[in-house]
Amino acid sequence: MAAFIPRQGESGPKFPRTRDRSGSVSAMALRVPLSAEILLARAAAGLSRLAGAGGGTTVPGKLLWKLDPGAVDRLGERLSAGSALISATNGKTTTSAMAARILGPSFRLAHNHSGANLVSGVASALLASPHAQLGLFEVDEGALPEVARRLQPRAVCLGNLFRDQLDRYGELELVAARWRDTVSALPEGAALVVNADDPQVGDLARSRPAATFGVDDPRQSSPGLQHAADSKWCVRCGTPYTYDAAYIGHLGAYRCEACGHARPPLDVAARRIELNGLESVSFDLDTPEGSRRVELGVPGLYNVYNALAAASLARALGASLEALVAGLQGFSAAFGRFERIALGDRTLLVLLIKNPAGANEVVRTLVAGGAPELLVIALNDEIADGRDVSWIWDVDFEPLLGALGRLVATGERAAELALRFKYAGLPADRIEVVPELERALDRGLQLTPPGSELVALPTYTAMLALRGLVARRGFVRQYWERAA
Amino acid sequence: MKIVVGHLFPDYLNIYADRGNIAVLSRRATWRGHELEVRALGAGSAVRPGEHDLFYIGGGQDREQELIAPVLASLGDSITAAVEGGAALLAVCGGYQLLGRSYRDQSGDELPGVGLFPLHTVAGQRRMIGDVLLECELEPGVRRTLAGFENHAGRTHLDDGAEPLGRVLAGFGNDGESGYEGCHVGRAVGTYLHGPLLPRNPWLADWLLAQAIAHRTGEAPAFEPLDDELEAEAHAVSSARAHSRGGRY
Repeated sequence: MAAFIPRQGESGPKFPRTRDRSGSVSAMALRVPLSAEILLARAAAGLSRLAGAGGGTTVPGKLLWKLDPGAVDRLGERLSAGSALISATNGKTTTSAMAARILGPSFRLAHNHSGANLVSGVASALLASPHAQLGLFEVDEGALPEVARRLQPRAVCLGNLFRDQLDRYGELELVAARWRDTVSALPEGAALVVNADDPQVGDLARSRPAATFGVDDPRQSSPGLQHAADSKWCVRCGTPYTYDAAYIGHLGAYRCEACGHARPPLDVAARRIELNGLESVSFDLDTPEGSRRVELGVPGLYNVYNALAAASLARALGASLEALVAGLQGFSAAFGRFERIALGDRTLLVLLIKNPAGANEVVRTLVAGGAPELLVIALNDEIADGRDVSWIWDVDFEPLLGALGRLVATGERAAELALRFKYAGLPADRIEVVPELERALDRGLQLTPPGSELVALPTYTAMLALRGLVARRGFVRQYWERAA
Repeated sequence: MKIVVGHLFPDYLNIYADRGNIAVLSRRATWRGHELEVRALGAGSAVRPGEHDLFYIGGGQDREQELIAPVLASLGDSITAAVEGGAALLAVCGGYQLLGRSYRDQSGDELPGVGLFPLHTVAGQRRMIGDVLLECELEPGVRRTLAGFENHAGRTHLDDGAEPLGRVLAGFGNDGESGYEGCHVGRAVGTYLHGPLLPRNPWLADWLLAQAIAHRTGEAPAFEPLDDELEAEAHAVSSARAHSRGGRY
């Protein structure tokens, strides 16, 4: 096995732990009481905000984790209803926001809603909600083993595995192997929820009972597998799968004609899906307890998957069908994933892109809503974006080209992005390279007639920067000012 | 002129946006008044002598490489013969490893390779991941740089006397120690650099196209320059990244 590459700064405490595993006092000195550590960490969050260093969402957790990694375990133990974890390549933040809306009326939640999903982010959410009953955490795919080991969760929901940030994770198979280990180490009695439509994720249920979810609506099937489809070969014997329906990437109704491995039966399914452009999507939510029509206030098939994941997890935690429907009905948006921001007499629509599977769905959704004539696309290459920008060449941007009169390419790797479109065949005179984000936003707004909408597709750190810019102009509140 | 490209295992070996490389070859050929025809090669395919002017083989994950290795072995001799007959070739990452003599994986199992490149690869414990910059001299006296991204657990060791593709200016390269990257044999080059490689290094795309035409006509043409301003900008950013953060675990 090759080594897993953690995010920089997340590889572990930089100075000696206060305690070793046996509980004895080691080099760094006295055992600090948990309450004192918590006070110190909360104070750090306030300082970080005052210093203008951002929301401070992970500052307290990082500090606490460095002071005492075991503090996360003890904070977790305080949750009377335990913890529920959500992991996936795509949809973690939205799924956990949906689950929070379903579970919020029944539990006081500790929830990392802004997407800080490493151990430090979980620690920060625990610190911010001292009276929480239930921990609801989205967890980075690579961080899942450690978070599960520390929190000993009551339920785990695993959504999908796509190629993403290979510069950080090495290979997809390495992530899958770590997930298999995590599943086998879960506490007895912990509920496992898996997306049956992803062959590799669905197969995690082979070793223990699990609740499954998936889409069952062949009308929504793509004509073929997308270029970036990953798990195309039988996880058990290597033969190419036959797809009766392919929905997103390699997600779908698959079967292996050689060994018989096939999508398991669905406990919770979406049927009769109606996509309504950029506005909404509705579907029959079929559960063992009955069927209800649900309409989400966000678009796209990928949000149907997110809703199924959230509903299945909440169901595993005892939520009623009525609670599922109440939580999902009209769900608007998770942080930065699909946001419409009024900027005076124009609106800005922000759709996060971060990997081929996710970006393909953004493209598909945009085209379904009427492909835009103008786009601002922002490509950064920080650790949280992926330092390797090759993924943009795996995205099927081509359906956008016909309508696209002007591309404003921005971000640290703006030229690379411009090349992606140049070699796709977009004429050079329709491409503007404006690396500086604020200038690119202004250029986009200048090209947008009053009363119209500007569509921006940023990568993760570009999304944060874009929200920061818009906030400085007074149009949205900073995310740490939003209600938790 | 029609340039025929044999694209090996496009369904299996495409992990690092290999289609970007094909797109660059295709557009740049078209802009020069040529036509690039890409023919997929996989299970059940045959490589007929003289049929292909250029071969392309991309990168895959371990699982995909294991799945295609037996099929590649069956095509290996005819690909080697084609390259010896003057066809050009670009192999990236996993494809580069598979065209060497052998690949020993993490568990110690040895996968036989095609033997087109005089090298062997041994999987190491830590992956070498990051931006990378090379200096190449494919034509005597003409030095040019290649900027890309590498992500490999394999340590590739060239045979004595084998010619590398380039000298590592920043990054890990073949094995993180020798200071060399890739391999160059005749009109064939193999490398760990993806990114994809060709959009930000258009000179290599043009070199490959010229070599492919030389396979057909016996002489490599001198192309008129194209407007490569965006390419140069992307190259500059990528080079700076290699200097500031390449070659670090």
